[in-house]
Amino acid sequence: MLISRLSRLGFWIAKELSRGGIARTRFRYRPCGQYQRSPLESLPETRAFQGAIFQKHHDFSTSASNNASEGGDEQKETISVTFVSKDGEEIPIRVPIGMSMLEAAHQNDIELEGACEGSLACSTCHVIVMDMEYYNKLEDPSDEENDMLDLAFALTETSRLGCQIIARPELDGIRLAIPAATRNFAVDGYVPKPH
Amino acid sequence: MSIFGAKQVLWRSFSTVASHPLRVCIVGSGPAGFYTAEKILKTHQGSQVDIIDRLPTPYGLVRSGVAPDHPETKNVINQFSRVAQKERCSFFGNIALGSSVSLMELRELYHIVVLAYGAESDRVLGIPGEDLKGVHSAREFVWWYNGHPDGRNLDPDLKSTDTAVILGQGNVALDVARILLRPTSELATTDIASHALTALEQSSIRKIYLVGRRGPVQAACTAKELREVLGINDLYIHIKEADLKITPADEEEMKNSRIHRRIYELLAKAAAARPSQPSSGQRELHFVFFRQPDRFLESYDKKGYVSRVDLEKTALKGVGSGKQIAIGTGQFENLSCGIVLKSIGYKSVPVDGLPFDDRKGVVPNVKGRVLSDNSGDLTSIENGLYVCGWLKRGPTGIIATNLYCAEETVASVSEDLEQGVLATTASSRKLGRDGLLRILDDRNVRVVPFSAWERIDKEEKRIGSLRNKPREKLSTWEELLKVASE
Ligand SMILES: Cc1cc2nc3c(=O)[nH]c(=O)nc-3n(C[C@H](O)[C@H](O)[C@H](O)COP(=O)(O)OP(=O)(O)OC[C@H]3O[C@@H](n4cnc5c(N)ncnc54)[C@H](O)[C@@H]3O)c2cc1C
Ligand SMILES: NC(=O)c1ccc[n+]([C@@H]2O[C@H](COP(=O)([O-])OP(=O)(O)OC[C@H]3O[C@@H](n4cnc5c(N)ncnc54)[C@H](OP(=O)(O)O)[C@@H]3O)[C@@H](O)[C@H]2O)c1
Ligand code: FES
Repeated sequence: MLISRLSRLGFWIAKELSRGGIARTRFRYRPCGQYQRSPLESLPETRAFQGAIFQKHHDFSTSASNNASEGGDEQKETISVTFVSKDGEEIPIRVPIGMSMLEAAHQNDIELEGACEGSLACSTCHVIVMDMEYYNKLEDPSDEENDMLDLAFALTETSRLGCQIIARPELDGIRLAIPAATRNFAVDGYVPKPH
Repeated sequence: MSIFGAKQVLWRSFSTVASHPLRVCIVGSGPAGFYTAEKILKTHQGSQVDIIDRLPTPYGLVRSGVAPDHPETKNVINQFSRVAQKERCSFFGNIALGSSVSLMELRELYHIVVLAYGAESDRVLGIPGEDLKGVHSAREFVWWYNGHPDGRNLDPDLKSTDTAVILGQGNVALDVARILLRPTSELATTDIASHALTALEQSSIRKIYLVGRRGPVQAACTAKELREVLGINDLYIHIKEADLKITPADEEEMKNSRIHRRIYELLAKAAAARPSQPSSGQRELHFVFFRQPDRFLESYDKKGYVSRVDLEKTALKGVGSGKQIAIGTGQFENLSCGIVLKSIGYKSVPVDGLPFDDRKGVVPNVKGRVLSDNSGDLTSIENGLYVCGWLKRGPTGIIATNLYCAEETVASVSEDLEQGVLATTASSRKLGRDGLLRILDDRNVRVVPFSAWERIDKEEKRIGSLRNKPREKLSTWEELLKVASE
């Protein structure tokens, strides 16, 4: 909880900084992880876009790592994650190892709800893992996660809670769809009254 | 210019010109109200949204329904308070639709009115003895332990009996059972109302019957809540082996519903794991399936008080599309008890001038657009009037359900604006907030703005911190209004 507050704060600071137009260090990639590929190399076509998002992210991760037990000014390793929004837009981002997909989405202004702020009490952070291969790489959901998934809208075979998926090297390249609300609360076939 | 073009211009002028904003009033500040506000503010840049509530405090059932031992669920309040603090959004508490201001007045003042005032009454059983003392609705009991100012005087008698009967097996029933059974030392550090904590500390209730009219496959609760109640420390759980027998129709139901399957598995596991007898003094929770209440009987020595519930055994009957309902069998049995909590569902109440479906207890609507009557005529829409949340769908669903519900209602608002359905209403200038505040001032209604709620919030947290609680709710109208106006 504290972490999630801090991360929000970090995000806010990042936003304020970008508003104020304060010059920021460009992200420097450290090719040290054995699983790691450079984001800019792996997805050249989205280079500019990623760079922009990543800067914001970088601001956050430095502010957060001050609070975590991270050594010096070392950069955190990241993986590539693509969110597919409700309208089908693909949004590639970089996510530091150890961060949840919910936090990562919020830091990148991706509209993933998180009513209980990642405490496994709401199901609003429901995401659909788009490739079975990646779904199988995830640890099985806990009973508690399954309890919340019971209540998720538009549940699929590869549904998970975004706050429970934590970035790990082997998840590099994972694609997550944010389900569109498909449930219809009212009568079908309504035709607006002509005026 | 084509008609389409004219509409486009009108539509755009709303979304951009701040001097002539789209004035929106949302009645009710629960999840439905706040999610609606959030989405309207986002989709309509030129909108100004006022959320009103009859209480001096916002957040609806997140404050007065969600159990005190579920603080994580209440985290959503952080998101809602960020919405309330947005420049184009205001919260005004202590304004009751129907008494402080009428629906007609609101519709005069605003382009769009969205009703999200929830369900503040109860479904009734309609059986003899229902108004005996000691028979309460779960809604009142929940308000009481959650410090709702209208629940302050309930004063349930927990001292003269060791047995409580809870009717219904939904999540509210489980909440109520858990609050009665959980060690009070665990409740003492929650935001439970202090009057309730004191009463629970002195409670002599040891045994609870949780009565459902259908079977373990049809139980209305969810797995998280069930797992929690089954996991209460040192609690004896009783489930009749025979009730766990399943029919092919049950199997079909479980095949089609992951949630029912998992609930059944949890119950079966709990039944298998239990010791055959409770140890002495141990608290007990008895799941009673296939029984429907028939009548409440008055005590011989305590006039006017309940002392027994008669239950009729039921059997399930398929009614098509895999659904099974409970049918009375004409066989009866009874349970002696000193208190009964009816947890069979909430019910919304209408206000003057609002089309209302009494049978379903909801406002007739199509995707959130209020219909003029219940006749099923989908073309007679009340211009500029919308509905969301429990008032729209009936009293079921979790907080998240209201998110999708709000998306649907706001989509209808947008569609109507785009298609010019609201042209006559929308092109006129509306007084909005200023007009509302003027009317309320004339009537001496004390409006509680968000900043005043923040004072209440701060004071509650301050008193709470002295007692090792996250907050101590101010639970009378006088206290709330006093701190609000300090
Ligand atoms: C006891 C209980 C526990 C629950 N626990 C959980 C949980 O743990 N997790 C979960 O996800 N869901 C839970 N729910 C469900 C959840 O609370 C509801 O889905 C949700 O609150 C419904 O939202 P709403 O906005 O329609 O109504 P409400 O939350 O009831 O909001 C209605 C608002 O309207 C105001 N109002 C009423 N009448 C008027 C009037 N005339 N004028 C002005 N304002 C008015 C009320 O004061 C209130 O603030 C629980 C429900 C109950 C009853
Ligand atoms: N932690 C949480 O997530 C949480 C906590 C509390 C509430 N909530 C939500 O809030 C909503 C409301 O909860 P709720 O418990 O009030 O409603 P509910 O889930 O609809 O349960 C109502 C219960 O009352 C029974 N019932 C209804 N009419 C009856 C009658 N005439 N005679 C006997 N029994 C009758 C129902 O049985 P039948 O099934 O046979 O009709 C059912 O067991 C639910 O959607 C719930 O999930 C969520
Ligand atoms: S944010 Fe609530 S369960 Fe993930």
